Amino acid sequence: MIRVSLQAEPFDAGAELARLDASGGGGVASFTGIVRGDGGLVELMLEHHPGMTLAMMEALANDAAERWALSGLTIIHRHGPLGPGAPIVFVATAAKHRTAALEACASLIDRLKTQAPFWKRETFADGRQTWVEPRASDDAAAARWLRDGG
Amino acid sequence: MDILYFAWVRERIGIDHEELDPPADVTDVRGLIAWLATRSPGHESALMDITCLRAAVDQKFADLDAPIRDAREVAIFPPVTGG
Repeated sequence: MIRVSLQAEPFDAGAELARLDASGGGGVASFTGIVRGDGGLVELMLEHHPGMTLAMMEALANDAAERWALSGLTIIHRHGPLGPGAPIVFVATAAKHRTAALEACASLIDRLKTQAPFWKRETFADGRQTWVEPRASDDAAAARWLRDGG
Repeated sequence: MDILYFAWVRERIGIDHEELDPPADVTDVRGLIAWLATRSPGHESALMDITCLRAAVDQKFADLDAPIRDAREVAIFPPVTGG
């Protein structure tokens, strides 16, 4: 019921959703992150920690599945070089009721941003390369879901 | 001890990991980073501003004050940007 994948290959969001649609009814929520082509971006390179990133994704998945009593959950995160328009991350949650599915999905995408060890390097058409800086708003979004924060 | 570097820390140092035996007076992440910074101009450039750095000890996120004497692996990197 919980499926977590860290992969270089593209994923089929439709097939992933169909699998969750069959997980017992209620509702399925999902989020797909797509590489933005802003400012002449030609490549987004995702680096990860080979021993740690998948384990952290699994820990976040288990935590969400328990907290929202999910009947199904899929997290897919890609690594390596990606072009504009490429799907980069997929989160889908199935639950008996919409609130659990929607909240779990939003929580997971917020927490993946700030707690999964990925680093993004942007390459632009003029050859310039920059590492993406975390935003304070991302930390604030993730902090909303801390158990002790209400 | 295996020291791993990621993202621009890796690029500035020029290697993605090194096997090192820190001296006995290096006991926490902060001390390790200060000691590593003396190893080469690249290390110094990558590690001089500790406020830009985060760490993991044995594959768990760790504070700068976390002990490292018994660690097998310490990773040093910028704040993460997943999703």
